[in-house]
Amino acid sequence: MHSPTISRLLVTFAVCYLIFLYAPVLLLPLFSFNDNVYPNFPLKGFTLKWYQQMLRDQPLLDALWASARVGIAVSFVSTVLGLFAAKAMTRYSFPGKGTITSLIMLPLVVPSIILGIALLTLVRQVFDLDLSLITVTASHVLICVPLAMLVLMARLEGFDKNLEEASFDLGEGAWRTFWRVTFPLILPGLVSSFLLCFTTSFDEFLLAFFLSGTQPTLPIYIYGLLRFPTKIPGVLAMGSCILMISILVVAFSEWFRRRGIDSQQGSIV
Amino acid sequence: MTAIGTAAGATSRGSNALSQLWLRSESLRGLTLISPTLVVMFGMMVAPIIVTIVQSFWTQNGFQFDRTPTLGSYAVMLGQDGVIYWRLIGRSLWMSFTATVAVVALAYPMAYFMAFRVTRHKLLWIILITIPFWTSYLLRVFAWKVILGFNGAINSGLIQAGLIKQPLEFLLYNPTAVTITLAHAWAAYAILPIYVSLEKIDRSLLEAATDLGDGPVKRFLRVTFPLSLPGTIAAILMVFIPTVGDYVTPSLVGGTDGMMIGNSIAMMYGRANNQPLGAVISIVMMLVIAVLVGLFLLAVGRRRLLQKA
Repeated sequence: MHSPTISRLLVTFAVCYLIFLYAPVLLLPLFSFNDNVYPNFPLKGFTLKWYQQMLRDQPLLDALWASARVGIAVSFVSTVLGLFAAKAMTRYSFPGKGTITSLIMLPLVVPSIILGIALLTLVRQVFDLDLSLITVTASHVLICVPLAMLVLMARLEGFDKNLEEASFDLGEGAWRTFWRVTFPLILPGLVSSFLLCFTTSFDEFLLAFFLSGTQPTLPIYIYGLLRFPTKIPGVLAMGSCILMISILVVAFSEWFRRRGIDSQQGSIV
Repeated sequence: MTAIGTAAGATSRGSNALSQLWLRSESLRGLTLISPTLVVMFGMMVAPIIVTIVQSFWTQNGFQFDRTPTLGSYAVMLGQDGVIYWRLIGRSLWMSFTATVAVVALAYPMAYFMAFRVTRHKLLWIILITIPFWTSYLLRVFAWKVILGFNGAINSGLIQAGLIKQPLEFLLYNPTAVTITLAHAWAAYAILPIYVSLEKIDRSLLEAATDLGDGPVKRFLRVTFPLSLPGTIAAILMVFIPTVGDYVTPSLVGGTDGMMIGNSIAMMYGRANNQPLGAVISIVMMLVIAVLVGLFLLAVGRRRLLQKA
C-alpha cells in the first residue's frame, strides 16, 4: 500500500521513537546496578548494594506497604462502584444517562491539582477530618471509578445479553443470575479493572500530595527523597523492582484476558 | 446490590403493586443500580468544587478563615498583584500547547505505523508502547533530570566522548526541558486513541481513493487524516488538559523559568498559606481551560461542518 521509501521512513521513525520511549526508563535499572552514588556516566562497576540499601530503608518499605494497602482498597471499591455504573449503563435505559455519564467521566478531564485542592478543602473545611491514608484512598477512588466503568462497560457489551435473560427465564433470581452467569463472564474484565485501578492508585502523586497525612504513600516518599542525592540509588533500585513487577503483572493480565476471551468464545459457539 | 436482591425477593412473592412498578419501570431499576456510584462521584466531585468556589470568597486569617463573603481574592487576581498569576497561566498554557503539539506530532506517525505497517503481532506493539509507562510517573520525570542534568547522562556521556569540556548548562531547568519531559511522559495517551481511530478506517476507502487517482499524499490528506480526526482530537485533549495543571514535571525539571500555574496553586495551599487566592487561581485556570477547549471543539466542529457542506 505504501511506496518502499515511505515504508522505510516509517520503520526508521518507529525504531527511533521506541528508543526515545525506552532510553530514559532503562537508565533507571542501569544506574541501580552502578557502583556510584551519582547516576551518571562512565559506569563504574556492578553492585547490588543499592538493593540492599533499599531493603534496609524502613520508611521506604513502610511507604510501599501503605501504597499497596491504598491500592488494594481503591481497586476493590472502584471496581464495585464501576460495576454498578457499567451494568446500569449497558443494560438499562433511563433519563439523564448522558449527564450521568459525563459526571462520572469528569474526573478524567479535570486536572488533578484541581481535584486535589477541592477535596482537601472539603475534607478540612466541611468535615474537619484529619488527613490519612483513608482520605488518599477516597481521592483515588474518584479517579479510578471512571476507568473501572469504561473497562467493565466494554466487557459487558461484549457478551450476549440473552445469557442473562435465559437464566431469568429458567427461574433464577437477579442475585443468583449475577453470581452464576454474569460474574464468571465478566471476571476477566473485573481483573483488568482491578489491575488498572491498582496501578493508577499506586502511581498517583498529586492527589496523595494534598491528601496524605503523616503516613506517606510511595510516590510521596520518593518525591521527598529526590532532594537527597545519597538516597537516590535506593530509589532507582525500588523503581527497577516496580518496573519488573509491573511487566510481570501486565503479562499475567494479558494472558488472563486472552484466556477469558477464548473460553468465552468456546462456551458460546 | 441489596436493592436488587430485595426487589427480586419481593417479585418472586409477587405480592404488592410496588414490586410490579419496579419490574415494569426499567429506568427506575437502572437509576437505582447506578445511584451508589452516582452518590459517591457527586459527593467527591461536585461537592468539593462547590466548596472550593465558596472558599474563594473567604479571607485567610493565619491558619483560620474569615468566612464573611468577600471579593478580596478576586480583586487581588484582577489587580496589580494578580499579573504574575495571569502570566503563569499564560506560560502554562503555552508550555502545554507546545508539549501537546510535540506529543501528537510524534505519536501520529507511530500510531500510523502500528495501524498500517504492522500486520502481525499488533498486540505486541501495543504492549511495547505501554511498557515504559508502567514505571512510576515520578521516576520517568526524574529519569529526564538524570539525562539532562549538569552531571547527567548527556553531559557525562559527551565529556567522556571528548566532545565537550564543560557540561552544558542549558539542558535542564527551563521550559524546553519541561516540554521534552511532558512529550515523553504523555506519549501513550496520544498514541493509543490515534491508533484506535486509524485502525477503524475501512481499508477499501483507501483503495477507492487510489483507484480514483489520488496519490499517497492527497489520499492521506483527504481520506486518512480526516477519518482519524476523532482519535487525534481525543489525544490533543487528553494531553493538553492534564498537563496545564501539572506539578511534578515543572518542579523537577523546570527550574524557576519553567514554573507552571500548578506550582503556584500548590504554594497557595502550602507555604504561601492563602487558600482563598489559591481557589481563585484554580477557578480561573479551569475557566480558561474550559473556554479554550470549547473554542477548539467549536473550530474543529465548524471545519467539519464546512467540509460536509
